[in-house]
Amino acid sequence: MNLSPLIISLKTAFLATVITFFLGIFAAHFVVKMKRFQGIMDAILTLPMVLPPTVVGFFLLLFFGKNSLIGKFLLSFDITFVFSWEATVVAAVVVSLPLMYRTTRGAFEQIDKNIIYAARTLGVSETKIFWRVILPNSWYGVMAGVILSFTRALGEFGATIMVAGNIPGLTQTMSTAIYSAVQAGDNETAFQWVLIVVMISFAVIMLLNYWTKNQNEITQKLSKKRRGAISVVVR
Amino acid sequence: MSLYVDIKKSLGDFDLNIKFEANQEVLALLGASGCGKSMTLKCIAGIEKPDYGIIKLDDHILFDSERKINLPPQKRKVGYLFQNYALFPNMTVAENIAFVVQGSKQDKIKAVTEKIKMFCLEGLENLYPVQLSGGQQQRVAFARILASETKLLMLDEPFSALDSYLKWQLEQELTSLLETYQRATLFVSHDRDEVYRICDRIAVMTKGNIDVIRTKHELFESPETLAGTILTGCKNISTAKKIDDHTVFAEEWELELQVEHLVSDNVQYVGFRAHFFSFAQKEKNIFEAEIVRVVEDTFSFIVMVRPKGSNAKPLRWELEKDQWRSLDQTKLFLSIPEDKIILMKK
Repeated sequence: MNLSPLIISLKTAFLATVITFFLGIFAAHFVVKMKRFQGIMDAILTLPMVLPPTVVGFFLLLFFGKNSLIGKFLLSFDITFVFSWEATVVAAVVVSLPLMYRTTRGAFEQIDKNIIYAARTLGVSETKIFWRVILPNSWYGVMAGVILSFTRALGEFGATIMVAGNIPGLTQTMSTAIYSAVQAGDNETAFQWVLIVVMISFAVIMLLNYWTKNQNEITQKLSKKRRGAISVVVR
Repeated sequence: MSLYVDIKKSLGDFDLNIKFEANQEVLALLGASGCGKSMTLKCIAGIEKPDYGIIKLDDHILFDSERKINLPPQKRKVGYLFQNYALFPNMTVAENIAFVVQGSKQDKIKAVTEKIKMFCLEGLENLYPVQLSGGQQQRVAFARILASETKLLMLDEPFSALDSYLKWQLEQELTSLLETYQRATLFVSHDRDEVYRICDRIAVMTKGNIDVIRTKHELFESPETLAGTILTGCKNISTAKKIDDHTVFAEEWELELQVEHLVSDNVQYVGFRAHFFSFAQKEKNIFEAEIVRVVEDTFSFIVMVRPKGSNAKPLRWELEKDQWRSLDQTKLFLSIPEDKIILMKK
């Protein structure tokens, strides 16, 4: 069995998740602070989540195609973007970014505003507030966003096949490999890939659940200790 | 150390229109919830922006709408103690304090050791806020404010989320903390007893405006306004009409009352505190009381009375249990001492 779809999928998903991680946090931070046009910006960032992936792929082709500005610019450096491995990464980033952005934004907005106000009145700079107060206190949400983005990037199909194609050994991911196998009537190969995709996704979700449970237990333990402290005071 | 505030801000339902000055003292902003107390503090701290006006701390201009000055909260040096203390949950006690100290690592260590000692936090340095009791959290929040070298302290309802036992402990701690702090302090509350115990002067707020600013003794003796009278806990209030210079007619109680103070022409309300009724026969303002209802409270009786034979709104009378039990309840003559009557113009 040729393992290249697995390797390409994992490589794509990992790199896409790293990019999404930074972009998503930046976008969330930026939108939360916006005073005007917040709704519009939010809609633009969320759109790839609700649009059919083929539409996203179509837009990417418009953007990076040979006749576009960016495409021409890249071509002048002898780079063809469409049907390259990089295109699978960009497709995965675009479709997984909304998940990262939304979960992170939710986590940022859940932080008690008073904590941020307090930091400001205590003279702490905005940059320091972001890195040392906002981010550490929304770490749980940020990590949930990372895991969701990773699974979404791993399962990406529609936009990838439009913009990166389905070239074995170059751009063929597990999702597109299943498609090819089924089209060729090779059910056995299709089954193998399906099994692998299901196993990886299942493992990641289990990891997320385990981690959530652990987090809850830590919080509960801490609050129990706190109750102990209060009962000492009352006595 | 003095704070000067003169600001306006539209809040939808009503407009905030605040003007006051505070020196090195504890000044209370007393008002019902939703009257704009917290918004006032937030404007001073720079968290919210007023529409117009000036905020000045000593000679330092924090906000001036005309000169387009609006310092960020970081540069205002205004300490804000939040109701939930707002400690950074991801940092230990020591880190919470060190985080706000400007300067080198040595400066931070020095400041932390000093504040830990000052606020009796020894042994708690490496605990996280969730592991602390309410009182300990309050002390950390205070230590943090002092470590950041603020010039003004603002306390936003620091006890309102606590049960009465814990509240009393924290209040005592706060009183001693304020003694060490010795700077201008604004204390926001809706609890008249708390305010009376902690503060020197009281500003009564209603719907975004400051009604009166008085020392606490002046305010509780003659609250002057309806809002002030209600907030200082006066239970009996009636509309009033002037009869002559020393007599008013309390319309809702159907009583003509002689008053020690001069009655002004535009008197609108008359008030009388529930525990100031007297039995002395020679006094003025005596009426035969008809008992409408008797309610037994924890340590007193609350008796609702009105002039016999009338259909007036009952007055609330509070007295100790023994005193009530020893009374002849069939023939009751009560008097309203003329020097205890509160007159209000608005």
